[in-house]
Amino acid sequence: MTVNPFDADRPPERVRRGNGERKRNGQNGARRRDESLMVPDVSFDSYYGRHIVKPAPWEKEIAAYLFLGGVAGGSALLAAGGRALGYPALQRVGRVAAMGAAALGGAALAKDLGKPSRALNMMRTVKLTSPMSVGSWILTAFSGFSGLALASEVATAIAGRSDGGTGGGSAVARVARVLDLVDGPATVGSALFAPPLAAYTAVLLADTATPTWHESYRELPFVFVSSANLAAAGLALVAVPTAQNGPARRLAAVSAVTETLAFERMQDKLGPTLSEPLRTGKAGRLLRASKALTIGGAVGSVVLGRNRVAAALSGLALMAGSACLRFGVFEAGTASAIDPKYTVEPQRERLERRRAAGVVDDSITTAR
Amino acid sequence: MGFWRNQLSGPTDPAADAAWDRHEPRKGFFTDTSICIGCKACEVACKEWNHVPEDGLDLLSQSYDNTGALGASTWRHVAFVEQSSERIEQARESGRRLVQLGMPSVRTGGEPALAGGSTATATLAPPGDVRPGDVRPGAGAGPGPTDQAVPDLRWLMASDVCKHCTHAACLDVCPTGSLFRTEFGTVVVQDDVCNGCGYCVAACPFGVIERRRGDEGHEKTGQSHGISIAGAPGTGSHQNPPSYAASNGEVKNVGIAQKCTLCYDRLGAGQTPACAQACPTTSIKFGDLDEMRATARARVAELHELGYPEARLYGVDDHDGVGGTGSTFLLLDEPEVYGLPPDPRVTTADLPDMFRKAGYAGLTMLGLAAAAFVGRRR
Ligand code: SF4
Ligand code: SF4
Repeated sequence: MTVNPFDADRPPERVRRGNGERKRNGQNGARRRDESLMVPDVSFDSYYGRHIVKPAPWEKEIAAYLFLGGVAGGSALLAAGGRALGYPALQRVGRVAAMGAAALGGAALAKDLGKPSRALNMMRTVKLTSPMSVGSWILTAFSGFSGLALASEVATAIAGRSDGGTGGGSAVARVARVLDLVDGPATVGSALFAPPLAAYTAVLLADTATPTWHESYRELPFVFVSSANLAAAGLALVAVPTAQNGPARRLAAVSAVTETLAFERMQDKLGPTLSEPLRTGKAGRLLRASKALTIGGAVGSVVLGRNRVAAALSGLALMAGSACLRFGVFEAGTASAIDPKYTVEPQRERLERRRAAGVVDDSITTAR
Repeated sequence: MGFWRNQLSGPTDPAADAAWDRHEPRKGFFTDTSICIGCKACEVACKEWNHVPEDGLDLLSQSYDNTGALGASTWRHVAFVEQSSERIEQARESGRRLVQLGMPSVRTGGEPALAGGSTATATLAPPGDVRPGDVRPGAGAGPGPTDQAVPDLRWLMASDVCKHCTHAACLDVCPTGSLFRTEFGTVVVQDDVCNGCGYCVAACPFGVIERRRGDEGHEKTGQSHGISIAGAPGTGSHQNPPSYAASNGEVKNVGIAQKCTLCYDRLGAGQTPACAQACPTTSIKFGDLDEMRATARARVAELHELGYPEARLYGVDDHDGVGGTGSTFLLLDEPEVYGLPPDPRVTTADLPDMFRKAGYAGLTMLGLAAAAFVGRRR
């Protein structure tokens, strides 16, 4: 802090910016010096370009879980509908998929923990302010009902086969009869927990300080439930014979429309800055792929769904589209947390808006 | 709804909300960055007392900073920022603006400048630095009637720490109940309960809490404390080298979320937290929160009097987005310059609305499924 003769040789001060993206936002790189302006522009500085909020330390397992949870929820609904309205193949596929995806998803969640050996600590409390706690209980309840429904499905199949072969009232047959009693309640239970399972993951992401996730909280649940339906419909289109794939095709059609609308609205509401992570980089590529796959798959399933091969291909496209959407949203959140621009600029803007509206008592920075 | 509102945002007494019947006065820090000399005694004292492992010894290429940000193994972080006179003038301008925001101005002229006339001036800007000739003719409004002359350059040094928020997002979202509110109104992790889900890391609006890296689980490949993940846009290429301590098996609590405890153990014994105890300039002050806020307000008023309009407080107002913080700061520039968010908001304030939207979405999902089963059987 001293002034010495060598100060004259000091190199020119580097203009420190948050990052190089400012020019793209239409702000010019020169530092604004005109203090006479009444409304200062939202200038953005940062501590050496470092992020302010930390990105979630989650890895691809969590993105995969978002997808698997969707498959599970959507499949449970297809299974329930299939049971009620007599689509046995749809019922069977839906039940297997619901339980299988829920189990895989649970494993992915546990694997991502910093201390996987303490996974069961999730069950030591019920905490309504924590979407992760609420979600753990939703997943547990869903898995219980879905497991029961699947057990009934398997027992009925085995009993049916052994009845056909030996005609005996074996132990398996007795178990099957008992399970048959709980089949109805299990189906209803798993169908009731399916929508919460598909929707809570949106709250899970939104209830963070990650800018793009949090600010999309109004639309993200709608995007996620549609995506869940699409993934489940896709799986059914792959696995169910064409004679029974009508509901899956219609589900794909209506859900693709809903998802596209909800996603567009979400981008609009986020505004140019916060939706940027959804449009650029890896997330942008994934989300563009998702859109193409989803629309292609939905059109394919509606138009060509009575062809077994075309149905299966459309189904695969739908599943891939759903997976790309989950990974894309996941990536976009991480990108928005890493670049301090997405934390500082929207916060500055809302602060200036409040100040312009005369609200001056709710700022964290005060003059006294 | 009323219950939710009180619990999730707005001014409140967090220890009482957490149902403590043994009620201590809420404790907090006041970190006065105007007298910080950047010695990092707080960082070292914290590590010594709390057994926090080493977190990168090499200086970052940009400043005298060697950890970059708060993190699992950096519970006090001293930030260093070098500024030119131009930037200082901007800081003054934003400070003046803050003063004028619907508040009686503290500086209405009259008193002549107190250049070098008090200890505060001496610590903030050594008199030798302040030369009227340094003020550039084109520097906009220039110094006000009582403002100190703008020096050629200055170093901002600030010791950052967990804010111990009134509405702590980390605590709200923790699914295991590992994070809890103490009787002192502070927020502490129980490292034998945390399962490392990482939710608190993403939820903290200040980027304070973090999972500790080490040899266990996938944390060995995770991102470092506050250092951007490779390929992050707009950041320098510098990455902290992996900590040596992290690979020799001596680090405890790997995979567990870690942050400042406001020395819960010392508080229980009536002691001052290690950092405040070690700080040689009393930049870090510790005490009852009310007292800290009063001290902060007196100090900022004093600095304004002395002609430093850039001085401002951070976190003293209960009406801010986190309901007020337990750690308050006196800053000499905008918060983002120090890596602090300019308008943080606890994410759970919107939680009721989030759950409501998710409920509607769930009904939509049921509706879509029902629609799929309507129509002709094929
Ligand atoms: S600053 Fe972050 S880690 Fe500290 S109490 Fe607030 S939310 Fe929790
Ligand atoms: S990482 Fe630990 S402290 Fe943080 S939310 Fe998860 S269980 Fe709670």
